[in-house]
Order: sequence, then structure tokens, then C-alpha cells
Amino acid sequence: MILVWLISILFVGGIIAWLSERINPAYPRIIALITVVLDLLLMLSVLGSEPNAGGWIASVNAEWVPRFGISFYLALDGLSVLLILLTGFLGVIAIGSAWDEIKERAGFFYFNLLWTLAGVLGVFTALDLFLFFFFWEVMLIPMYFIIAIWGHENKNYAAMKFFIFTQVTGMLMLVSILMLAYFHLVQIGNLSFDYHDLLRIEMGNQIEMWVMLGFFVAFTTKLPSVPFHSWLPDAHSQAPTAGSVILAGILLKTGAYGLIRFAVPLFPEASLSFAPIAMTLAAISILYCAKVAFAQTDIKRLIAYTSVSHMGFVTLGIYAWNEQALQGAVMTMLAHGLSAAALFMLAGGLQHRIHTREMPDMGGFWVKVPRMAVVALFFSVAALGMPGLGNFVGEFLALLGAFQANIPITVISAFGLILASVYSLWVIQMIFHGEYTDKKIDDSHLTDLNGREMFYFGAMMLGLVWMGMYPQSFLNLSQPVLVELLNNTQSIFAAVVQN
Amino acid sequence: MITTLADLLPLMPLLITTATTIVAMIVIGIRRNYAVTAGITIAGLLIASLVAVSMISTTNSQVTPLLIVDQYSLFFTVLICVTAMLITIFSFPYLANLDDSKEEYYLLLSIATIGAIVMVSSNHFVSTILGLETLSMSLYGMVAYPVHSKLADKFPLEASVKYLVLSAAASGILLFGMALIYAQTGTLEFSSIVNVTKETPGLGTGFAIVALIMVFIGIAFKLSLAPFHMWTPDVYEGSPLPATTYLATIGKSAMFVVLLRFIVTTEALSFDSIILVISLVAIVSILAGNLLALLQNSLKRILAYSSIAHMGYLLIALVASYYVQGAISVEAVTFYLFAYMVMSIGAFGVISIVSSSEKEFDDIDDYQGLFWRNPWLALVFTGMLLSLAGIPLTVGFIGKFYLFFAGVEAGLWTLLVVLILGSGIGLYYYLRVVYRMLLSPKGGERFKSGGSQYMGAHGVLAFVLALLLILGVYPTPLVSIIETISLNIL
Repeated sequence: MILVWLISILFVGGIIAWLSERINPAYPRIIALITVVLDLLLMLSVLGSEPNAGGWIASVNAEWVPRFGISFYLALDGLSVLLILLTGFLGVIAIGSAWDEIKERAGFFYFNLLWTLAGVLGVFTALDLFLFFFFWEVMLIPMYFIIAIWGHENKNYAAMKFFIFTQVTGMLMLVSILMLAYFHLVQIGNLSFDYHDLLRIEMGNQIEMWVMLGFFVAFTTKLPSVPFHSWLPDAHSQAPTAGSVILAGILLKTGAYGLIRFAVPLFPEASLSFAPIAMTLAAISILYCAKVAFAQTDIKRLIAYTSVSHMGFVTLGIYAWNEQALQGAVMTMLAHGLSAAALFMLAGGLQHRIHTREMPDMGGFWVKVPRMAVVALFFSVAALGMPGLGNFVGEFLALLGAFQANIPITVISAFGLILASVYSLWVIQMIFHGEYTDKKIDDSHLTDLNGREMFYFGAMMLGLVWMGMYPQSFLNLSQPVLVELLNNTQSIFAAVVQN
Repeated sequence: MITTLADLLPLMPLLITTATTIVAMIVIGIRRNYAVTAGITIAGLLIASLVAVSMISTTNSQVTPLLIVDQYSLFFTVLICVTAMLITIFSFPYLANLDDSKEEYYLLLSIATIGAIVMVSSNHFVSTILGLETLSMSLYGMVAYPVHSKLADKFPLEASVKYLVLSAAASGILLFGMALIYAQTGTLEFSSIVNVTKETPGLGTGFAIVALIMVFIGIAFKLSLAPFHMWTPDVYEGSPLPATTYLATIGKSAMFVVLLRFIVTTEALSFDSIILVISLVAIVSILAGNLLALLQNSLKRILAYSSIAHMGYLLIALVASYYVQGAISVEAVTFYLFAYMVMSIGAFGVISIVSSSEKEFDDIDDYQGLFWRNPWLALVFTGMLLSLAGIPLTVGFIGKFYLFFAGVEAGLWTLLVVLILGSGIGLYYYLRVVYRMLLSPKGGERFKSGGSQYMGAHGVLAFVLALLLILGVYPTPLVSIIETISLNIL
């Protein structure tokens, strides 16, 4: 039941926040904050409970549309817990970052924000594939509104591109889901969208590959990975800061989660034969987008491309499909969630202060905003994979695991770490170092980080240090889930290898 | 065969609608009163739909060879009567200021409803034609209704004549096809036509195929499927909004029910060439409808082109009916028609509530910033547009889910790819309208839609929006009803 509460609190909170605007324009943000904090507390309360035999901490299963064997089936295991905690945490941060920035139509903004979060929680917990698809799409519409209403100069184009990319590939996934359900009908005799039921289906090699591709395309568009990444830089550069935080921190992770939970376990054979291609795409994402990032002058576009690059390590880890690599992928998801969100908030904070995102116009800001500079340095260093911080643990584990699966691709991908240092430090140099010139920009509002901002940047730093210094506390949660997933596919892999 | 009074009982909804027309006519003869005429029409249609609802679980009979009253036809009878009633409610404020006699409009509307009820109950070519012509004749009148008005905003006469001429031509083709089938089989009953596809003693298979294709073309014209769609945008644009709504909802769905019954009963799809023709028409309709809608600035025209695409989507489920076991594709068609009617009433309803016979606001510019000027209407409109685009939380998504499901089960991969492409393109023009509503308002006329005479219309919008969301989240009740009634078709 607690899962229903987790999601419905956000839905209801969103509506209340919207309506409260009529009473006082300051209420929506307060209500939104209370709602998400309440949700976060609920999530933390789940942590203590013991998982049942199947490894599920909490679950709820009710009939929904019996005609199609669709049920309202939510369940939570160690992997989902990590991701919903990330969602709750970044939800609070996103509200913090919107606190002063969103003045117009605040009620509707927080409504959309909370509904996006609710959709994401649904995605991370749904185990009925129809329900999963339902939430997958539900999180898009409010995100579309966030970009289209509160975005910057080219918001219509960016919002439309975001929506069409994800929606069209989502329909491919819908076809794949329906094919799975149909195979269940043919082989077992009834329609079902239940994850556990669908795991048992067997398909011919060729058809399995096609069905798997439907999922793969949908997930790698969201992740994103080359060649489906081109919506991301536009969406990020146009979205308001809170939108970027949600997008980079959480929404991208739903794609990775989908790969781990659905794409590989449902289609082990096809995934095994597809792995070299997926890993190649990952390597291309890592290197190509790192290179492209270096060519950007718009700071948000740059961070967006680095996101694609870092997500490449996640794909790499997932398709290596061993314990270390998967743990690395999960750690990267969490750590990148924090570091990318923080970088987007810094970029958004800068844009809010000086009304430009163009780096050539900036320079020498260290003297003007020393606190911001230090914070930016911290998160840049985190993003480039400095040992002691979360991103390092994730990317290191991912590469370590991938090395066992495919040496050449791993070796090539590892160069991504070098490129990451180049662009990360380059950003710091462009913005904060050098002579301070104020010719091109209006710096009258260029003030240093205030207490509220320091608070949430501090919280995120703490998170990254914790992940880097004591990753075991996170790994312990996801480990049983990943081992279970691996065991389920191992026998099938063994059979394939023998043949 | 002697027909007793008891045999006519299943025709109660039809008889009540007819009685409504007569009563309204007499009342107009005695004393013209706009509100009373509209009230009689609404009450009559309401009673007819309630009676149909009460009959639905027990009735299943063939009344004369012409009409079949089974659960399926009653389901659509209810749907049509309710839709007609809702359109009457929208028409009331729309026509209130017309500088001409306005009571007769409601006569036309209820006569058209009679035709539609006959169509959904028909499994015989004679009743199909009777129903179709009753419906079309009244629609010509409804489309041209404000023709004597000096203030008419659009071009009702042009629309009506265009519709009349092209529609008559299509009826001609349809009749020719029927005549060919009659020459072949000596019967006009759908169920006896099965022979035309199984064995062709007379003039050979080529003959039968031509006959079936001519019937299909006649119907495709009325459904505005490409390449027979040319009339749609002009007629939609030129007609007064309530007439457009009627044409788009009841006109389309009654015709589609006939097509469905005809195709399923006669097993016309056992000819490969018929499947090919229908598939091609589906593909062309989806692509043409969606692509041409991209270029429009008039909401009426956008919805016209999008209706072409939606009819194309429906054909996919129709083709699937040949391949799949069980009634799933019939259910898909039924659910989608239901969903399509809900969303169309809502979408046209929003436009007609802000318009009147003197001034129609159908340009996309008129709706800029509607979210901030009139949040309620914008909310309804957004819901309808997202539903038309097939986004979850709305009934349109469940409808599209059905179509995908039927397509996957039938293995119609090409058509599914076209469906995905079409939906992708469709997103663009639906979102374009949504986006315009989100922008900051810029001057211009404010909509008048607050008066007491609009109460009913706002109530209808609320009802339709509730239906859209509730069935989008929890479709189970409707799904199980449709599952039961669809068995009647097979």
C-alpha cells in the first residue's frame, strides 16, 4: 500500500499546489516542498523493512483491466529503492532551485513538477508492463509543459522535439510490449502484462531481436545514447533550471533502469548477441559526445553532451552484464544524477544572474563569486571522475566489469575519462579563471551563492562524498537484485554459449 | 409474415426519436419558441437513449428483414442519441442569435438521428441506403442552415452544395456496387451475401471484387478516407459548428458501424485484393490526413484532416478482423469509435462554445494564451487534443492501445509502422495548438461564454472531460460492456 501512497501523495499534492495559487502565489512552492519532503520521509521509512523471499520490500497488486490481463502491480526492491530515493532527493533540490526562479504561474509549475516526479516513481516501481508504459508516458506531458511554458528563447522547438522523440520511440516499445503479451497468450493461454509472467516466454531468435529492439530504442532515446541523443541538448538548454535538474538527474535514469530491469532480462539471448553493438554505441556516445561537448559555447549544451557521454558508461556496464559492471552502472546513475543536476543548477544560477549561457562572454568570475566557483570546481572534478567521489566508483566499476566482457571496446571507452577531465577543467577555466571583464554582460546581479543555494549544493556534495567514500552502503542495496537478475539469465547464456 | 405490435417493441428508441420529431414539428406549427423546441428535442433524445439502455441486456431480434436490434446496435443507438442530445445542447447558445427561423434546425437534427439509428441497426442494403440518405439529407440542411442569415460567418451554402453533389455521387457508386452484388446473389441481406465471396456462380470473382470495392468506395467517401477526402476540410470549415460536430461524430460512426457489419458478415476480406485496397486506403488516409493537417491554421480544418487520419487508424482494426481469433478487432473498432466521439464532441464543443452563428473563432490565433485567459476551456481543449494524440490518462490512449493490440495480434507490421509514423506526425499539430494556448495572451477579442445560456454547454464539457479521464484511467467497465456486445457482430 505504501507504494500507492508514495505516488498518490505527489499527484494530490500537485493538484493542491495548483489550486493554492489562487489564495496566495507563495503557497504552491511551500506545498510542493512539504509534499516532496513527506514523500521522501515515506521512502526512508521503507528502507528499514525486510524484503520478502523474492527480494521485494513492498508490493501492491490489484486487477485493473482484466480483459487484457492488466493489473495495477507496483513493487519495490533494492534497485528501485535507490532510484526512488534519488528521485525524492532531487525532487527537493529541484524545488529549491525553482524557489526564486519561477515567479510566473507558479501553481501550474509545481503541479507539473510533482506530476513528473509521480510518473517517474511509477516507472521505477511498476512491474506490469502496461502500467510501466502508462507511467512512462505520464511523466512526459508535465515535462513538456515545464519546457514549453517556462523555457528559454527556443522553447517550442525544444519541447516539441523532446516530446516527439520520446513519444514515437515509446510507441515502438508499446508494440513490443503487446507482442510479449500476445506471445504469452499463444504459449501460456492467457493475456498477461505481468513482468514475472513475461519472463517465462520463449521466442524465436529473430523475433526476439525485433521485440528487444523496440525496448532498446525507447530506453536509449531516454538515456540517451548515440544515435538518439539529439533531443537532449535542445531540451536541456531551453528548460528552466528545475526542469534540467529533473531531466538530467532522474528522467535519463529511467532509460537505464528500463534496460536493467526489462530489456536485458526479458530478452537474454537477443541481448547477448546484441551486446557488442550496444557496447559499441556506448563507446561512440562516450567519445563522440565528449568531443562535441568540448566544441560547445553554450554551457548548458555542454553539460548536456557530457551527460550523454557519462550515460555511455551506464550502457557499457549494463551490456557487459556482470555484477561489477552492473554495480558500476547503478553507481554511475546515482552519482551522475547528483553531479549533473548540480552542474545544471550552477549553469541555471549563472543564467539567472547574467542572462546568458555563452561561455566566451564569461571569464574571471572567481573573484566575483568565489563560493560559486568552488562549488563548480567540486562538481566538475566529481564529473571527471576524481577518486573519492561517487562518479569515480561508478565509472571505475563499469569499466572493470566491461573489461571482462569486451576488452577492445573497454579500452577505447576508457579514453572518455581523459576527455572528461579536458572539458570539465576547460569549463572552469573559461568561466572562473582569467581576467575579469564585464564588457559583454550585465553583471549587476552577479551575486554569490546565498544560504539556500549553499545548503542544497552542500547536501549534494555530501551525497557524492558518501558515495565515493563508502559506496558499500549503496551497493549492498542493489547487490541482491542484480545477482538475482544475473542468475536468471546465466543459465540461458550458458546454453547459448554451448550451442 | 405478419408483424405484430410486439415485434415493433425493439424499435422503441427509433420510434421515440421519430415521435420527438413529430411533436417538435407540431409545436413549432402552433407557436414558435426556440427554447421549447430545443427542450423537446433534448428530452426526446434522452428518453430514447434511456429506453435503449433499459433494453440492451435483453433484446436481440431481427425486426423485419431490414433491421437488426441486437446489443451492438443498441449500444450505438445509445451513443448516437446521447451524442445528438449533447450536440443539441451546444447548438442552443450557438444559434440563439441567428437572424432567421431557428427552430427547424432541431427537426433536421432529430431526423438525422433517425437515419443514424437505422444505419447502426441495419444488416440489409435497403435499410443502409434508407438510413444513410435520411442522415445525409438532413445534414445538407444542417450544413446550409444559416444560409439566409445576413451575418453568417462562413460559407454554409458552398459547403452544403459541395457536400450534396459529392455525397450524391458517392451514393451512386455505393448503389451501383449494391446492384452488382444483387445481380450476383439475388439478395441484399448482408448475411446472404457471404456467397458472393465463397462461390461465384454468376459472373466470376473479378465481378464480385469490383462490386465489393464499389461499395467500399461509396462508404469510404462518407468516412472521408483518402483519396476520397477532398470535401472534408471545406465542408467542415463552411458548416456551422454544431453541424460539423454532428457530421464528425454521428455521421462518421454510424457509417463505420455499417462498414464493420458489412465487412465482417459478408467475409469480404477473404479476397486478398479487398484487403490490399483497404490497407492502401488506410495508409494513404493516415499519411495524407496527418501531413495535410500540419499546414492548417484553422482548427476546424485541423480537426477535419485529423479525422481523416483517425478513420485510417480504424481501418487497421478492420483489416485485423480477418486475421485474429475472436472479437478483439471488433472491440477495438467499437472502443475507438466511442473514444473518438468523446474527444470530438469535446474538441468541437470548446470551439462552438466560444463561437456563435455570427462569429466563429476557429483560427489558431484566436486561442493564443487561452490557458491564462480562460483556464477551464483550455484545460478541456488540451485534454481533448492530448486524447486525440493518444496520450495516456485519456480515453484516446486506451483506444490506440486497442488498435495496436489488434494490429499486433494480426501481424500487420506495415500498417503498424504507418500508425506509429502517423501518430508521431499527429503529435506535432496537436501540440502546436496546445503550445499556442500556453503562450502569453495577446490582445484581441475576448470570448463570451459566461452567460446563463452557456451553463448547459459547460456542463456537457465537464461531462465529456470526466468521461475522457475516468475511462482513460479505469476503462474496465466500458471494456467489459464492449467485450459482451461485440460478440453479436461475429
